[in-house]
Order: sequence, then C-alpha cells, then structure tokens
Amino acid sequence: MRNTLSKRKATQIIPISFTVNGTWQEIDVEPQELLLDVIRDRLGLTGSKRSCDMQVCGACTVLLDGRPVSSCTLLAFEARDREVLTIEGVAQNGRLHPLQEAFIEKGGFQCGFCTPGMILTAKVLLDGNPDPSEAEVI
Amino acid sequence: MLRRFRLEEPESVDETSDLLARYGESAKIYAGGTELLLAMKEGLVHYERLVNIKKIRSLDQITTENGFIHIGALSTHRKLVESSLLRERLPALVGMESDIANIRVREVGTLGGNLCFAEPHADPGTLLLVLGARLFAAKRSSNREIPVEQFFVDAYETCLEPDEILTGVRVPLPPRPSGVAYLKFGYLERPSVGVAVRVTLDQTRESIVEARVAVGCAGPVPRRVEEAERLRQPVLL
Ligand SMILES: Cc1cc2nc3c(=O)[nH]c(=O)nc-3n(C[C@H](O)[C@H](O)[C@H](O)COP(=O)(O)OP(=O)(O)OC[C@H]3O[C@@H](n4cnc5c(N)ncnc54)[C@H](O)[C@@H]3O)c2cc1C
Ligand code: FES
Repeated sequence: MRNTLSKRKATQIIPISFTVNGTWQEIDVEPQELLLDVIRDRLGLTGSKRSCDMQVCGACTVLLDGRPVSSCTLLAFEARDREVLTIEGVAQNGRLHPLQEAFIEKGGFQCGFCTPGMILTAKVLLDGNPDPSEAEVI
Repeated sequence: MLRRFRLEEPESVDETSDLLARYGESAKIYAGGTELLLAMKEGLVHYERLVNIKKIRSLDQITTENGFIHIGALSTHRKLVESSLLRERLPALVGMESDIANIRVREVGTLGGNLCFAEPHADPGTLLLVLGARLFAAKRSSNREIPVEQFFVDAYETCLEPDEILTGVRVPLPPRPSGVAYLKFGYLERPSVGVAVRVTLDQTRESIVEARVAVGCAGPVPRRVEEAERLRQPVLL
C-alpha cells in the first residue's frame, strides 16, 4: 500500500490539450513521455516512425505549428496548445496531397519507411517557397 | 525510452536559480532538449528534475544597442537564421547558424543550449571567439559577464556555477572595414573541424590591422590560434 502511494506521489501528470490533424485532443502526459510515443501508442497514428532515435534520420518528423520537429526526441508536453500535423493528416477529404501524388507518380520511395518525414518536410519547404531552386531544396 | 523525471517550469531567472540551488545535482536546466534528452535516452545521465526555462520571458530576444548585438540564450538556431537584424549586421553568424545540424534540430535547439553543453564538435563557440563575444550569466541576485575565452573549460564543461543560467550573448559589431568568415568541414551531422576568421583592415584597406583566427572541434574547447594571427603583417592587398 505504502509502495503504491509513494509511487503515485512520484508521478507527475501534465494535462495538455492540442490538436492533431485538426482534431482537438485533451490528454494527460507524464513529463518524460515523448511525442512520438504519444502519437503512435496513445493516439494510434503509426505513420510516424522511430528509426535512429537521435534526430538525424527524419522518420519521426511531425509538424508542430507548421514546423518540422523530430518527435522521437521531443517531450510530449511541448505540444500543449499547439497544432500537430502527422502524415495521416496531409491528405484532405480523402484526396491525397499533390506531394503525395508526386511521390507516387515518380516512385519517390525506397522501402517507404521514412517517406512520411520526407513528405512533411517537403511540405514545409513548399508552403514557404512554392518554387524553390535546386540549391534551396538541398 | 526516458526514465521518469519531474518537470519544473519557473518563470524567472531567480526562481530557476533557486530551484537549481535547492535540488543541486539532481536537477538540470532543460531548454530545447536536443542534447540533454539524447544523453538521457542513452542513459548517460539521469536527473530527477528538469527545469524548463522556456517560460522565462525575454530570453529569446535579438536586439542591437550601442554597437553591440545581444542574443538571448533561448534563441533557437532557426530564429537566428531568420533574424533580419543578424542578416544585415552579422551575416557570417547567420551563415554558420544555417549550417548547424538539420532543420528539425534548428527548430528546437537553442544557442544557449549549444554553448552550455560545450560539445567539442560544435560551431558557434568558434565563431564567437573571433567576434569577441561576451556571455551573460545570472543567478539569484547576481549577474556576471564572461569573455567567451573563459567560458569553455573542457569538453562538456563550462565555467557556469550549478545554479547559474546563461541568459545571453553580446557580440560587438565587427569594426569597419573588416571581414568575418566561418568555414567547417564535416561528413556526418556534426562538424569535424571549424575555422573562424575576422580580419580588420585599416581605413585605406591596404593592410591588415588585426587578424583573429580560431579553430574548433580540434580539441576539447575552441581556441584562438595566435601562430596564425601573427602571420598577418606585413600584407599588401
Ligand atoms: C543531430 C544533431 C546534429 C547537430 N549538429 C550540430 C552542428 O552541426 N553544429 C553545432 O554546433 N551543433 C550541432 N548540434 C548541437 C545543437 O546545436 C544543440 O543540440 C542545441 O543547440 C542544444 O540546444 P538545446 O536548447 O536543445 O539544449 P538542451 O539540450 O536543452 O541543453 C543542453 C545543455 O545545456 C544546458 N543549458 C541549456 N540552456 C542553458 C542555459 N540558458 N543556461 C545554463 N545551462 C543551459 C542544459 O542543462 C544541458 O546540459 C547538433 C545536434 C544534433 C542532435
Ligand atoms: S527517429 Fe530518426 S530523427 Fe527521430
């Protein structure tokens, strides 16, 4: 009994609200929870992937208020009061985003595991700069 | 996976310093978390408490006054890259910043976190050395200014006291006429070697009045290279 109590005392709960792909979410998170785990395991959106787990590869990329972040190394509470966009929210009303169409048309995949990150990052680039030069893309 | 910790969210430097003093080694400042969370995920370090300083207002401002540019410690790399003030007055800093890490790390990582982590494979410290920057540290009821030369003590070690917070960096605008450049070489995400140069010319622009050269990543801390600086004279352009 005492054990459970002290354990509970040690747990800090942070209630957060945020939108994910346009849907309002209110959940309780613990400080050490990572955004990627909340998105995948608690919200069931498994399009964002964990690969390198060190902010290098980009497979876990989500957009926070329209900006790309590595959700593998971002604490979930940082999403409070913000808008999260994952790959699941890129298509609108059942229609693929032109970038998704373009990836399909050009076969822009290898295994496809990190494609969500590529599409979201490309979206950020094109949202800010619809006609980038080759140098700007690189 | 991260082990459980508690989160503190102070809203002032004093409150932060009090928390750090009270909890000692079991607490750590958390800014963007891009270094700290990596080290914690790897199990290299563990803290019972992280002190999120992002609720402290005004630590992310970039301003200019009397020939100096002041950059708040919480300025993210992205903010530095996009600052029109820096683009105009210190383009070499913007160039260096835009080449740090990747777009996702630049979105979250701060200049203060970069300096305080004192990772030898980093860029800003090297450039700040030739720019003659001074760092501002604060704790409850005291403030101090630290020349960047004295800030880095060893790899992953700065001269900050455990309850001190880095609040900002002050960079004097380069004298005129002068030129500043930073170049790095690296084959993975982080730099393998970085070189910064600031050359000041006399008014005729014919000879070099002062040359400052610094090298980073080649040792535990970035350092000026006096041997190279002495080569400046006499030079006719
Ligand atoms: C994949 C990757 C690539 C990178 N590539 C580069 C690169 O090319 N060049 C380069 O220079 N850097 C590079 N970095 C480092 C990057 O710049 C830093 O991770 C980032 O700036 C750290 O800032 P932060 O706010 O996330 O720090 P945090 O992780 O929050 O903190 C880092 C440390 O500093 C302390 N701290 C933070 N802020 C303060 C403060 N104001 N006062 C006192 N202590 C403080 C914390 O307690 C902690 O110990 C890279 C990092 C990653 C993950
Ligand atoms: S999993 Fe590779 S960047 Fe997050």
